Amino acid sequence: MSYELTDGTQGLIFNEPLLFEQGSDGRGGCALPDCDVPEKDVINLIPEDMLREEISGFPSLSEVDVVRHFTRLSQWNYSVDLGFYPLGSCTMKYNPKINEDVARLSGFSNVHPYQPEELSQGALQMMFELGEYLSEIGGMDRVSLQPAAGAHGELAGMMIIKAYHESKGENRHKVIIPDSAHGTNPASSTLCGYKVIELKSNGRGLLDPEAVEKAMDKDVAAFMITNPNTLGLFEENILEITEIVHRKGGLVYCDGANLNAIMGIARPGDMGVDVLHFNLHKTFSTPHGGGGPGAGPVGIKRELIPFMPVPVVEKNNIGQYKLNYKFPHSIGRVKAFYGNFGILVRAYTYIRTMGSEGLKKASETAVLNANYIMSQLKDYYHLPYDRQCMHESVFSDKFQNKNGITTLDIAKALIDYGFHPPTIYFPLIVKGAIMIEPTETESKDTMDRFIAAMKDIADRAEKDPDSLKKSPIKTKVTRLNETKAAREPNLRWINDYLMGVF
Amino acid sequence: MRYIPDTEKEQKEMLDSIGVKSVEGLFSSIPDSLRLKNPLSNIPHAMSEPEILRHMKGMSKKNADLDSHISFLSAGAYNHFIPSVVHHIISRSEFYTAYTPYQPEISQGTLQAIYEFQTLICQLTGMEVVNASMYDGASALAEAVLMAHRINDRKEVFLSKGIHPEYRQVVHTYCRYLGITLKEIPFSEKGIIDLEWLSKNISENTSGVAIQNPNFFGCVEDMADIEKLTHANDSIFIACVSEPVSLGILKSPGDFGADIVVGEGQGLGNPVSYGGPYLGLFATREKYIRSMPGRLVGRTVDANGKTGYVLTLSTREQHIRREKATSNICSNQALCALSATVYMALMGKEGFKKLSVLNLQKANYAKEILAGLKGYKIKFNSPVFNEFVIETPVSPDEINKNLMKEGIMGGLNLEKFYPELKNCMLICITENHRKEDIDRLWKLLKQY
Amino acid sequence: MDFPDGLLYTKEHEWVKVENGKAKIGITDYAQHELGDIVFVELPEVGSEVVAMEPFGVVESVKTVSDLFSPVSGEVVGVNSELEATPEIVNTSPYDKGWMVEVAMSDKNELKELFSADEYTKYVEEESQ
Repeated sequence: MSYELTDGTQGLIFNEPLLFEQGSDGRGGCALPDCDVPEKDVINLIPEDMLREEISGFPSLSEVDVVRHFTRLSQWNYSVDLGFYPLGSCTMKYNPKINEDVARLSGFSNVHPYQPEELSQGALQMMFELGEYLSEIGGMDRVSLQPAAGAHGELAGMMIIKAYHESKGENRHKVIIPDSAHGTNPASSTLCGYKVIELKSNGRGLLDPEAVEKAMDKDVAAFMITNPNTLGLFEENILEITEIVHRKGGLVYCDGANLNAIMGIARPGDMGVDVLHFNLHKTFSTPHGGGGPGAGPVGIKRELIPFMPVPVVEKNNIGQYKLNYKFPHSIGRVKAFYGNFGILVRAYTYIRTMGSEGLKKASETAVLNANYIMSQLKDYYHLPYDRQCMHESVFSDKFQNKNGITTLDIAKALIDYGFHPPTIYFPLIVKGAIMIEPTETESKDTMDRFIAAMKDIADRAEKDPDSLKKSPIKTKVTRLNETKAAREPNLRWINDYLMGVF
Repeated sequence: MRYIPDTEKEQKEMLDSIGVKSVEGLFSSIPDSLRLKNPLSNIPHAMSEPEILRHMKGMSKKNADLDSHISFLSAGAYNHFIPSVVHHIISRSEFYTAYTPYQPEISQGTLQAIYEFQTLICQLTGMEVVNASMYDGASALAEAVLMAHRINDRKEVFLSKGIHPEYRQVVHTYCRYLGITLKEIPFSEKGIIDLEWLSKNISENTSGVAIQNPNFFGCVEDMADIEKLTHANDSIFIACVSEPVSLGILKSPGDFGADIVVGEGQGLGNPVSYGGPYLGLFATREKYIRSMPGRLVGRTVDANGKTGYVLTLSTREQHIRREKATSNICSNQALCALSATVYMALMGKEGFKKLSVLNLQKANYAKEILAGLKGYKIKFNSPVFNEFVIETPVSPDEINKNLMKEGIMGGLNLEKFYPELKNCMLICITENHRKEDIDRLWKLLKQY
Repeated sequence: MDFPDGLLYTKEHEWVKVENGKAKIGITDYAQHELGDIVFVELPEVGSEVVAMEPFGVVESVKTVSDLFSPVSGEVVGVNSELEATPEIVNTSPYDKGWMVEVAMSDKNELKELFSADEYTKYVEEESQ
């Protein structure tokens, strides 16, 4: 490997045992106040047989112990703040710091969900306006902010569709989903009691209107589409497709995972989409947090409003904000309270910071960056659909396979160059897929270094494939034995003493 | 533009190497009729950093908050003290700007933290397997109901009316289209499950019995009796905990024989934040592991035999099993789970118990002195942890209006969720309330 | 790859060995190779009914999961309980120690629908291209 290509050197990485393997009885990390009310014997308050002994296994650590422990752990993570994270479909853009400060303002973070509406006007105003902004961006008529994540938004959206059809006395029980879809799409449909019909995309990576026409019948409740699709391609025939679905009485659901390609440029609502979910943790810069929390608001067209989750934030004619529960046809609630409020605050802040022109610029730049990387790498990696892409491109390991190098090897090798690997083995329709999404927040120099690393890996795959098989070598741990993890599940620490080892 | 680094010159270079003239040219696959001709009109112009900060501060000041007010509200969102360390750790961007740990070699921090979270929640709940977390307590309960149905294929589930009303609503939504019948178990005059009703109605058709402990009224349920009735019919015993701090002193649901324990982990180091993001807890027995939803982290070794952690048993999940997955859930609430992990580590064995006892003592003090007020009555004669229901001489709304003038947010008016509980207020006391706060409440309530 | 003579094969990559009117069923060498390290096998209980070309169980590797299709219909009379603790024997010994279920066939005509070793070899060659 040519080391000048890499940012990383071997850093100072500490080993750190589990919380449970350190500390000593009697230590504590928090100073609690003394009890200032007259105390009673606990057994006079709670019957003895409902009381527990000590919490067996809980650690005993000082504040310093705890801080060092988690600081050391943090250093084993790759993150957006550390470097390029071109994870396709996940839109790992930079997470602005101001958003974090705003979300932690006491007037947002210390607000109780059941305090009176008159004392929550700022929170309700923020939610109301965010709903309006998202409606505008997606071309939808109304947005529910309740769903906690993209998949949760899908569930709410598909239930709204089901409730809509039922209200018309129709018992449609099938949903059509393209073979390139995210796994959450079929799983969410199943939770609504739908049978999933898979539709194959054509040789150009797109959906054929003829195939949609053929698959659509009176039993189909909805067509679930992702546009741009998971190959990073815009469904050119989207208008024809949504027209077919509507003509046969179905509705169109759009997975908004890839909205970062089209903000301010085109709107799913104008394409005939009836329901659309947004991933605030992708498109709207809220942090991924190591796997969550995100937020998955769901936008709908006018005729579906009666079925949306309750409560709905509304503004009355004297400018007061209210929670409206009076939606007799609502699907109900998908979450307690009103949504992942702290995430909504961050997304709101982002939208206001970017403004209308900034959002458009973000999408334009995301698409430019993706095409730039694609143009630079297509002579080195197999590009199954060789056309302009939107915000991400999908390569495969076909060229490298002949030397025994797979997508997994390429991904693991990238780590040693100081980059997070792209999304791999998705979408499923491309064998050995490598899905690269740079986002708009990366500079040309960063991308150039990534491109150079990818080229170097392609070169090594030709000349010294074995060297790639060992990657990564610079990380705290090397490739992990996932087979062992699955065959002998060890999902919690157990005190050896309790296990009777001693 | 500060989040978009490329200059015009660099953009031009990139366009040249792609071989298109303008950025416009990259969008040619979008039909012209769909291209927006004008900017999005409803979205205001960009704000500078000082402007946005001023704007957001202004908006936040329109909300009352727990710094400006003394609050006796709870009902699934608990006002516990959050040590400074929690904020500092979760604000490390190595944690909050990382994605799901799909590349374990460069995600060991997140993975080990989740493994520790799973262990701590196992210890707290007395269970054997815990997942990496769910969206919140309500959706975790809904997933538990679906899991019970997966395990025994029975179609009827009993939900205690003492479960948080919004949790029950979420369960109803999740079950809407799956042919699962939900029945509500009424509460007795003691504010706990009507055991007689349960014993009369439970049968071999009952998939699961779900209860909350302490329940929505703050009362401690008779877990042992519920367990007996449930397991006598081979039904799944689902225990929900919305106030995890109670587990510092109450016997764990696992010890009472629960099959699935779900809960809300907000109380463990996460702010109330107007209702989210929170932390869904999900625990079960090893024998049910393959029916369980959500991510799991397992311990293994690397190629050199060194200990490491990975996401495991993921064939249950949507990205592999698609329409046959145990759930559609993809993300978890990793950062909230990290808060909880740091919080529990700080509290530790002794601190967590002390915290729990503080809540118990203070709430029971408040309960006792308020019960002595003329015109007031403790509604339910059951042991309570840190919440209790008090019957008021006038409407709680009226009382709360007056309390607000004193900078106090009173308890929840239960009529909102239980029309049969008129003039009833749910009051919560935590370690954040001083004796003088409680005495002040007593004094202000005395005037009615 | 090894596809022993005398066994019958399905398009879904299961094999059947007929002995004393009973059908022993497992997955082929090709199937175990494609799946990779097998970590879990879910099988029906003795006494349950299986239907030809319908799923009777599941086999999982780390990152994939596949339904197991029964080549024949009938009652399950035997289940390989070794697979519960040591699913890896499907990888090491797919035709012997790694067998999965034994079925008392209800319709022997169903066997006529299955591939011989030669036919299956050809089928696999075509599929892997």
